[in-house]
Parts: sequence; structure tokens; C-alpha cells
Amino acid sequence: MELINKMLKGDKRACARLISIVENDEKESEKLIKKIYKYTGKAHIIGITGPPGAGKSTLTDKYAKLLRKSDYIVGVIAVDPTSPYTGGAILGDRIRMNDLALDPGVFIRSMGTRGYLGGLAKATRNAVKILDAYGCDYIIIETVGVGQSEVDIVKAADTVVLVMVPGLGDDIQSIKAGIMEIGDLFVVNKSDLFGAQRTATEINMMLDMSQNTDRRPPVVMVTANQNKNIDQMAQEIQRHYEYLVENGLLEERRKKNIKRELLELVEEELKKLVIRETESNGELDRMTDILFNKETDPFTLRDRLLSTIK
Amino acid sequence: MDKPIRVLVAKPGLDGHDRGAKMIARALRDAGMEVIYTGLRQTPEQIVAAAIQEDVDIIGMSILSGAHNHLFPKVIGLLKDQDAEDIMVIAGGVIPEDDIPALKEAGVAAIFTPGALTTEIVQFIRDNIKR
Repeated sequence: MELINKMLKGDKRACARLISIVENDEKESEKLIKKIYKYTGKAHIIGITGPPGAGKSTLTDKYAKLLRKSDYIVGVIAVDPTSPYTGGAILGDRIRMNDLALDPGVFIRSMGTRGYLGGLAKATRNAVKILDAYGCDYIIIETVGVGQSEVDIVKAADTVVLVMVPGLGDDIQSIKAGIMEIGDLFVVNKSDLFGAQRTATEINMMLDMSQNTDRRPPVVMVTANQNKNIDQMAQEIQRHYEYLVENGLLEERRKKNIKRELLELVEEELKKLVIRETESNGELDRMTDILFNKETDPFTLRDRLLSTIK
Repeated sequence: MDKPIRVLVAKPGLDGHDRGAKMIARALRDAGMEVIYTGLRQTPEQIVAAAIQEDVDIIGMSILSGAHNHLFPKVIGLLKDQDAEDIMVIAGGVIPEDDIPALKEAGVAAIFTPGALTTEIVQFIRDNIKR
């Protein structure tokens, strides 16, 4: 594809077009990823996640600017929610990153979740691959504002930064399972606000309870809109990357994610295959009726369906 | 697969009144479009750079300061410089009748002044974007 060559030479418009293809066109997307897959795997992929309004976009903006001081090429994918009713979306993360728009070494793309619930869009991982092939040294994925269990970002990033803010609840929140388990680095933003020290202390206490003695995630207090302590956060992100590399964990982590992605692709295709085989001839509806009437159970029918494919 | 229309909504120039732009952004969202909202005080250069990175079908700009005769043609010129004139440009705000013909001549596809219905704008976008 002509667009791929242009993108590999650093053409932003081509890069943007390719991201649209992975968002919109499944068949073309497949062809495209097949061609560029070998160029991926070079960038350090950083996930920034946390509740709505925690300051993820502002933090991303400040962090990207810091990376630009060292001339790194930076890609940003900012995900915002799509309406489950209309399919429309307001993608507003760019508001905090406007002065990065003109930097030739920065590429920012907003994505709607389009029905995906894990904090990312379905096409986010493929968009990351395009930015990786495009030549980004760092790719920052900003998730939608998350609640307690949107943890897809661990499948896509090398380093996960969990952004918290003061005032979101007591210390029991910090020992719950889910989102609090995925941070490789914790950032307390808006640390000029009352209660920030307490929030940091609660996270620290949670981390000290952990049985994992290999590495304890650091907690950094920042005030993103005043550009305070962003350098410290950047250092900790870099330190985490070095830790992964030195202990052979980067390879391990990426392999785990690659395997997961492969299995997801197989699962999706298998499901399509079953639907194709059973929907048009009414078989799927017949099976539904059988189950409704309790003539058999779903596991038996599953096995029967799978054996027809084999 | 469904391919939503992507729209960049921006406010070029110096006036700080973005209620109109937000109204439009919300109406387009409710019409099933993906709206990239970039906020206040955008330069034409920023708007065009964002439009290209976001691969939008259309740019919608709102101006209430009176600088429309300068800023709208500037955006269109920059799009041409970057071979991106396929991105449609529409505009809204307080724009005197007398200025409209020249702006259309410069390449603004449509201009919606106070009183325009959001349904009208949605319909115009659906009917006119190049796909």
C-alpha cells in the first residue's frame, strides 16, 4: 500500500489515514497489520489510566513535552467513551494538549471506545502498532476515565501509570481488587489539594501489604497543571522500563500480551464461524429453543457445535 | 462495519464564548458522530494540524469576535498547502450577511448564523461529506 510507505517515511496524514483504516475496516486492517507487524516492538508503550477528571490528559501533555526536550518522537492515543445510544462521542482530550499539535515530533490521535468496555477501543492496540512503525520512541495510551475494573491497558502497555487524586474515598478503596493492582507506578495528581498526602499514604500502605517482594511500585506526588514533579514521574517510568529490561521481564510481559492477543483473535474468528454456520439456517434459534425448554444444557450444545467445526 | 463521521469542532481566534460550539458538538454527538473538541483560542495552524492527525471528514469552526474574514480563509489555505482540501469546512457564529458570499467563495462550504437549527447542520453534514 502506498500509504504504508508514506507512513514509514514519517508522513502524518498517511499515518492518520492508516489509523482510520484499523478503526473502520476490518479486512483492510488485517492486510495492513500483516505488512507493518515486522516494524513494531521498538517503542516504549506507557498506559495512563485513572478515574475521570484525575488529570490524565494534562499529565500526558506535560509528560510528552518533557520527552520532547530529549528529542524523542512521541505518539499519543487518547481514548474517550462512545455513546451506547447513538454511537457518537465527544473526544475532548486534545483540549489539554493543544500546543503539542504543531510539534512535528508528536502525533496525537483521539479514539472513541465504540462499544468496548475495558478502558480502550478495540482498535487501540492496532493503532499503537501503526505509531510504533511510524517511528515513535514513546507511545502514551490515555484510557477512558476508569472505575474499578477496566484493566485492558495492561494488555497493551509496558508500563502502567495509575493516576489518583485526593478525595475519592477511604483507605478500603485502595485495597480492593482490580484497577489498584495494575499500576507499575502510582501518581497522586492535584497534590496541591487538601488530602493529597493522605491519599499517597493510603496507596503506600496498600503497596506495603503486597506479598510481591520483587518490586514495589513507587508513588509520586505531582501537580500536572503546574508542571510540578513531572520530571520525577518520568524518571520512575524510565526506571520501571529499565527494571523490566534488566530482569528479562519486558520480553515476558510482551510475550504474554502477544499470546493473549492471538487467542483473542482466534476466539473472535471462531465465534464468527459458528454464527455463520448456524444463524442463516435457523440452527442457532433451534438450539436456543431447546435450551429454553430445558431439553438439554448449554455445555452439551457447545460441545456439539464445536465438533461440527472440527 | 459502521464508520462514524468524524468532526473537528474548534474555536479559532480570541473570543471566549464557546457555548455555541459546545451546543453543536453535543448535537453532532447525539447524531452519532465522533466529535473531536479542541476548545478555545486555536490558531489556524493548530486546527489544521489536529484535523490531519485526527483524519476528520469535516472541520466546524465558531467565531463571535469578528475575525472570520481572516481566520476562515487562513484555515482553508493551510488545508490546501497540506493537500488536505478534501476536508470540508463549515462555520458558524456571528457573521454578517454581507461577508457570507466572500467566505463561500474562499471555500467555506456552509455558514450557520444565529437561529440555525442543529438538525439543519446535522443534515447538511450528512448530505455533503465526501466519502
